[in-house]
Amino acid sequence: MAEVLVYVDHVGGVVRKPALELLTLARRIGDPVAVALGEGAADTAGTLAEHGAVKILTHDAAEYAEYLVVPKVDALQAAVEQVSPAAVLVSSSAEGKEIAARLALRIGSGIITDAVDLQASDEGPVATQSVFAASYTTTSRVTKGVPVITVKPNSAAVEQAPAAGAVEALNVTFSEQATGTKITSRTPRESTGRPELTEAAIVVSGGRGVGGAENFALIESLADSLGAAVGASRAAVDAGWYPHTQQVGQTGKTVSPQLYIAAGISGAIQHRAGMQTSKTIVAINKDPEAPIFDLVDYGVVGDLFEVVPQLTEEIKARKG
Amino acid sequence: MSLRIVVTVKYVPDATGDRHFADDLTVDRDDVDGLLSELDEYAVEQALRIAENSDDDVEVTVLTVGPEDAKDALRKALSMGADKAIHVEDEDLHGTDAIGTSLVLAKAIEKAGYDLVISGMASTDGSMGVVPALLAERLGVPQVTLLSEVSVEDGVVKGRRDGDTASEQLQASLPAVVSVTDQSGEARYPSFKGIMAAKKKPVTSWDLSDLDIEADEVGLENAYTKVESAAERPARTAGTIVKDEGEGGKQLAEFLASQKFI
Repeated sequence: MAEVLVYVDHVGGVVRKPALELLTLARRIGDPVAVALGEGAADTAGTLAEHGAVKILTHDAAEYAEYLVVPKVDALQAAVEQVSPAAVLVSSSAEGKEIAARLALRIGSGIITDAVDLQASDEGPVATQSVFAASYTTTSRVTKGVPVITVKPNSAAVEQAPAAGAVEALNVTFSEQATGTKITSRTPRESTGRPELTEAAIVVSGGRGVGGAENFALIESLADSLGAAVGASRAAVDAGWYPHTQQVGQTGKTVSPQLYIAAGISGAIQHRAGMQTSKTIVAINKDPEAPIFDLVDYGVVGDLFEVVPQLTEEIKARKG
Repeated sequence: MSLRIVVTVKYVPDATGDRHFADDLTVDRDDVDGLLSELDEYAVEQALRIAENSDDDVEVTVLTVGPEDAKDALRKALSMGADKAIHVEDEDLHGTDAIGTSLVLAKAIEKAGYDLVISGMASTDGSMGVVPALLAERLGVPQVTLLSEVSVEDGVVKGRRDGDTASEQLQASLPAVVSVTDQSGEARYPSFKGIMAAKKKPVTSWDLSDLDIEADEVGLENAYTKVESAAERPARTAGTIVKDEGEGGKQLAEFLASQKFI
């Protein structure tokens, strides 16, 4: 069976959930061969083997943490040359897309970004994408070279599928460009203890109607009662009420959770682009004419300062 | 010292319009008004700020690849304050994908001459966000991308990149390719004076032969990817909407419980 390269996003050896989702999709096309780079790379092996990786190629060097993107492209290119895969899958993070694009150019391949599903076909993997603010669904194929495809988080279930998971060292020679852009300092984000926005099963977002930074505590309480991530609309972020890292929408994150709760968000196209593919959508808004109500499975026309706390209390009571 | 900045911009269908695919599954550009991609305004803005804050002689050139109407995007950037514009237009370009577009842009950037390329973080139509990285790869210069803050001094570009897990400070020597996010600073509105001045600024037109690119390197038929189908997403079925009469939160909880979220 053909091998499929999966680039593994991990933090110090802890595999991020989207990488495990890639393994699920990779198994539809062939035998997943994982590539893990940098500090802790070898520590990813156990988890990756449990989820279907037949082989794990690892390499650690200071360059991965000290220079932007290119060292990882060099390594992935080395892996492509070593494995001759049927496809290369990378998570659709900002960095993932940049790595994938440069790799595709180097190996003479086409690239598809932000796939939400992937199926095998006789002519290679077929990627489903959601485009024009999720108003269209397209299917596409890479027609030249080894298909390089980036996949959005939450596009597949994480599945247990124990495989051999043999660890092999990857031989990497860094290119001249590898040290072009130096990372002079790195400040890790403070953990909120909540799930990562793009990976969360439930997202609770606040918008203009929240009215101020201090009121986001209401949104956070509701999120915590459900074990959800907290998002914000562009209006709320531009007003300085919530960090840009949590912005849902065209210029922020695109989320596709099982449940999306929008509080005080009107639902401008900019926002819809980032959440329209959510499975179940719920909204609370004072304005019955708000466009967000066109998308909802359940909507409450009312004051979020009344509805949200009552909802949070009720959830807590039901959960006991 | 002089500093030559090339800003890449894209003319896109208005995202608030009703966007569709044409019969050949390319983006239909006829039925929706086009404009300068909003995210590229931030790139133009940062180029102008770098020029304003520099003691050097800075020249800002805006570059686009696109049909005749794409001149509107160039005109907008010129009215914001860019010095001159380059328009690459050729009928063989129709349907070119990101890989092909990056080839055309890179050739044009090299022909124009540059010390710094500034792009937006992504277009608002294709929104792949890969062109800046592709340009750096093609030009063989450092990629300093997705910056929320950017500065240029003594031939070095510095900036802050806010990632998912960390915020990073980056640094590279010129020449380099930079992309900026919508957090980099509000883009200015063209002034009346700027709009009048833009009418007199030079717009150079190049076609593929000017860039030594063969027709079989670009276009829909030679793309590295193929869109096989495009279907309008079915409208979501109308949901239940209730007016809060004091029990709205409880009713919502009941719905969530019925869907097994609680």
